[in-house]
Amino acid sequence: MILLASIIDSFTGAFDFILHSRQAVGSGHADVPVGGIPFIWTFARTQLEVSAIALGGALAVGMPIGLILGHIGKGEYFAVGFGNAGRAVPEIAVVFLLAALIGIGLGNVALALGILGLPPILTNTFVAIRQVDPTAVQAAEGMGMRPWQVILRVELPLAAPTIMTGIRTAAINIFATATIASFVGLSTLGDLVTGTNVYGTDGVVAGAIVIAVLAGSIEAALAGVQRLVTPRGLKLQRAARSA
Amino acid sequence: MRGLRLRGVFALMIAAILAVTIAACGGGGSSTTSSTSASGNSDNLIVSNPTNGKVAITVGSKNFTEEYILGEIYAQGLEAAGYNVKKKLNLGSEQIALKAIQDGQISGYPEYTSTALGSLFSVPADQIPANAQEAYAQAKTKLAKEGVEAFPPTPFADSNAVGTLTSTAEKDNLTDISDLKGISQNMTLAGSPECRERIDCLVGLEKNYGLTFKKFIPVDIGLRYTVLDKGDADLSILFTSDAQLANSKKYTILKDDKELIPSGNVIFLASKKVADEAGPDFRDTIEKVQGNLTLPVIQELNSEVDIDKKEPAAVAHNYLVQSGYIK
Repeated sequence: MILLASIIDSFTGAFDFILHSRQAVGSGHADVPVGGIPFIWTFARTQLEVSAIALGGALAVGMPIGLILGHIGKGEYFAVGFGNAGRAVPEIAVVFLLAALIGIGLGNVALALGILGLPPILTNTFVAIRQVDPTAVQAAEGMGMRPWQVILRVELPLAAPTIMTGIRTAAINIFATATIASFVGLSTLGDLVTGTNVYGTDGVVAGAIVIAVLAGSIEAALAGVQRLVTPRGLKLQRAARSA
Repeated sequence: MRGLRLRGVFALMIAAILAVTIAACGGGGSSTTSSTSASGNSDNLIVSNPTNGKVAITVGSKNFTEEYILGEIYAQGLEAAGYNVKKKLNLGSEQIALKAIQDGQISGYPEYTSTALGSLFSVPADQIPANAQEAYAQAKTKLAKEGVEAFPPTPFADSNAVGTLTSTAEKDNLTDISDLKGISQNMTLAGSPECRERIDCLVGLEKNYGLTFKKFIPVDIGLRYTVLDKGDADLSILFTSDAQLANSKKYTILKDDKELIPSGNVIFLASKKVADEAGPDFRDTIEKVQGNLTLPVIQELNSEVDIDKKEPAAVAHNYLVQSGYIK
């Protein structure tokens, strides 16, 4: 009961931090306002921006490679092995390694986050294309479609749900990891989470809540996109199978 | 065959990552020579007192380089005075360390005046004196109420400081923080994320010094020299006792001419009860062994551990021998 009460307490404080401006902890007689929606939005916006750039980059690089390798049916070792190896690398290590090597700032953080987003996109795209029903591809070829038409009009739509799963994984990974960009030159929501000396426990919990809500929103939005891009035929097929 | 190739690729990747990491880590240091300033003086020698053998003392420290070294210096000094000394040099935060003194798990540990006042007693940074003796007096009074005795401060202070490349300082003719007036709006400042809201950091630089900066860049404290080296920031928040500053003219610390940044001298904190019962040698030894800890000396000791990778115990022993405290 005491635990529950203290949890409710810290949430109340956190929501107050999100909604209202207050003085920073330890600011003494000085006026150092922190908290409130506009204050938090500046951090959230930076985190969303760098995440969007990184995801865009990972898509631009990972999808074409996955589509082409999947279509010609080669490079499984590369596409799957790279994906698995990529997942095993600690994300914080990549971010700090790149910071030490090439410096800090938006471009470099976006590059590091993009590298983290690449494996799930590449691997899922490759696997999704390989799993497309070969009879559908043969039918398309028999109708005289050119290779790029087969990729774009048959394989890509049929592979869309699995590709979207990879994109969702990448997006959540990138956004969550962008929190630590606070340590390599960008003011993201990680500032709040690590700033207990100036924002207090309320600010720390507030940061965590905002990150969780935004990550959940990204996930929900992409799940919606996934439903939109899934061809009607696939949905019918699945409904029939589960019925 | 495929398994073998895969292993080969992994080995290469790991080797590459290691090589890069080592190269990145090795960039900082230049000094290897030891140059503890004070010369051996036989009057300084700590005399072992057999009656102290009955007194058990546990010296604590927090868990970073400078604290390990300080913990070893005090522990080895007390040992030389004949005390039965144990060490607990891995306490987490100051809150844990203070509790450990009050619970009798440790007899004492080295703490910074600024941390004692700011963190243990929540004194706002703008009310912590920059003057070492004033800060010490304030901390001593507050700690006495907790049953803790604060010993006089070390000669050196490990304070936050505004630093820059010496080449930048020479180009713009900078010696004091005030000299930044008029040019700081074209400069970027790097500091820990919370520096932005701290009165003894960015907020104070803006309000007390009237400076504005082109941009504030939040970075992990581990990158505080990297951002200067890479040109990602013109100014960076450094610590005055940093290993990187030992015997090096690469970086320049700007003088805090308006006394914005709190004093960071070390004070040994000990249980009042233990200190009283341990006899006069306890107080004498603690004050004696810290006597030679000036800023260049502690920078050198930090660099021997951080950059030359020596053991804190060995570095502390060398310091005590070279200062003539032990043989």
